[in-house]
Amino acid sequence: MEPKRIQLHYHLMLLPGMIVLAVFHFYPMLGAVIAFKKFLPAKGIWGSPWVGLDNIKFMFQISDSREIFLNTITIASMKIVAHLVVPLLFALLLNEIRIRYVKRWVQTIVYLPHFMSWVVLSVIIVNMLSLRGIVNQALGLFGIEPILFLGSNTWFPFVLVGTDVWKEFGFKAIVYLAALTAINPALYEAAAIDGASRWQMMRHITLPGIATTVVLLLTLSLDNVLNAGFEQVLNLYNPLVYASGDVIDTYVYRVGLVQSQYGIASAVGLMKSVVGFVLIVLSYQLAARFANYRIF
Amino acid sequence: MVAYGKSWSARLTDGCIVFALLVVAALSLFPILNSVAISFSEKAAVSAGRVTVLPVDFSLANYKTLLADKQFFTSFGVSLQRVALGGVLQFVLTVLMAFPLSRESKRFYGRNVYMWAVVFTMLFHGGLIPWYTTIRSLGLIDTIWALVLPGAVPVFNVILLVNFFRNLPKELDEAAMMDGAGPWYTMVNIYIPLSLPALATVTLFSVVGHWNAFFDGLVLTHSPEHMPLQTYINTLMVQPAQWEDMDPETLKTLMQTSDQGLNAAKIFVSMIPILLIYPLLQRYFIHGIVLGSVKE
Repeated sequence: MEPKRIQLHYHLMLLPGMIVLAVFHFYPMLGAVIAFKKFLPAKGIWGSPWVGLDNIKFMFQISDSREIFLNTITIASMKIVAHLVVPLLFALLLNEIRIRYVKRWVQTIVYLPHFMSWVVLSVIIVNMLSLRGIVNQALGLFGIEPILFLGSNTWFPFVLVGTDVWKEFGFKAIVYLAALTAINPALYEAAAIDGASRWQMMRHITLPGIATTVVLLLTLSLDNVLNAGFEQVLNLYNPLVYASGDVIDTYVYRVGLVQSQYGIASAVGLMKSVVGFVLIVLSYQLAARFANYRIF
Repeated sequence: MVAYGKSWSARLTDGCIVFALLVVAALSLFPILNSVAISFSEKAAVSAGRVTVLPVDFSLANYKTLLADKQFFTSFGVSLQRVALGGVLQFVLTVLMAFPLSRESKRFYGRNVYMWAVVFTMLFHGGLIPWYTTIRSLGLIDTIWALVLPGAVPVFNVILLVNFFRNLPKELDEAAMMDGAGPWYTMVNIYIPLSLPALATVTLFSVVGHWNAFFDGLVLTHSPEHMPLQTYINTLMVQPAQWEDMDPETLKTLMQTSDQGLNAAKIFVSMIPILLIYPLLQRYFIHGIVLGSVKE
């Protein structure tokens, strides 16, 4: 144990950061009690009257709730699957290439969308998916009528998942690439000597080698089942697609902050936080047990 | 991997894979190029849908309009300000917190408590409404501090850096202690210089995060002088408050008549800083992410 005076310095170092966290994270956690109150801005959080479970009961009654939970889980699940598969395929393809400059350039280009904000990307996406945009022009070549993708409940979830994958697959492939390079090259050499074909090598060496990583990423992504991508949806949605695209976070924002129905919005938000908390703890426990993964 | 014999089927597969990768890279780049091209094209060509990846009827009209837009440059300045202030603050707090947290719990009594507290903020939060009311009650609404302070502790980056620090050899600490170095000296003169790749990664994330942030600006600022860039661009798209009274047909028409060219020009200019620093820091961050995630 370090002498007390050195420990004091450690505490001092942590102090500014902990103050920021206390004020902006821990204190608002207490504010979650708004979910149990009838919030009157004039009286503030602590002065507003207590209504117990009324907000939560109300939340279960309105039809919106089921819709937003369903949308959230559908979109988020599709994203989880897509985010596991696409980066993996890309990493496998990239790993097969020996030509260094192709590898580097492809990677540089493919990481770029990750660093752009959804505000910027939404302008790009609107440009591409508009009635006279590239995508509809291409469809027109096949004789298909223009589709208003961003206004259609059938297409909107797929637009959300597709554009999110487009944005993130390059960045997410980094983890897979790291795992791929960790596979012992001697295994491949031995296989080549034994006359294995490329596909056989992939099936018997590569895929088993990264199986742990895949399982780990799958487990860790469980807690995202309720995060359908708030900034993305907020930038791309509109009333035409609320039925399929409104998710928990956008609902809380719109109904809570824009329409000032603080009680119900807080109840929904609190529900999400609690369920999310359970899922995260669960997923970390699973990851620790199966893949020996610890955060700290 | 081994060098294959030069069988033509292997080379063909190689060629196909390279081709597939180039297509993927092109797909990543294409939407961005489309919008850039739209920004440099005549409005008529854009409405007719003739623009693909190259400008049609090259014109600088959109950029001339942009230069006259004072609000754009004010917001640009606000974003630069928040990147500078927020970036520095995040850097300082990240290092200040990561260093003590990287000490073993035997040496730093209470370290585990702090670590749990920090991780807890990633698991659970009180919801949007309490967060907003807290910031409001501190009187930070509509100031640059509302954009800089709440996120001043980037917990994910702190954990990344903690892991990185822990992977540095223990002998360094012991040598430093024997030479009489205190914790501050050790942190500043030993740990920081050795962590440059990880610090570069963390800084890159921090800078990009601030530059791309739009939601906090949306909720926490009202006046144009304090509006960050991405929030400003977001206001160019149709706003939620306006939708509620619109019927679907009007909404669809509105979605079609947005000024695509001008919007495209604005986002292109807002992307320029990212495009500039990205190649410089790119070589660091891949290294940094992998380093930060290695566990013992």
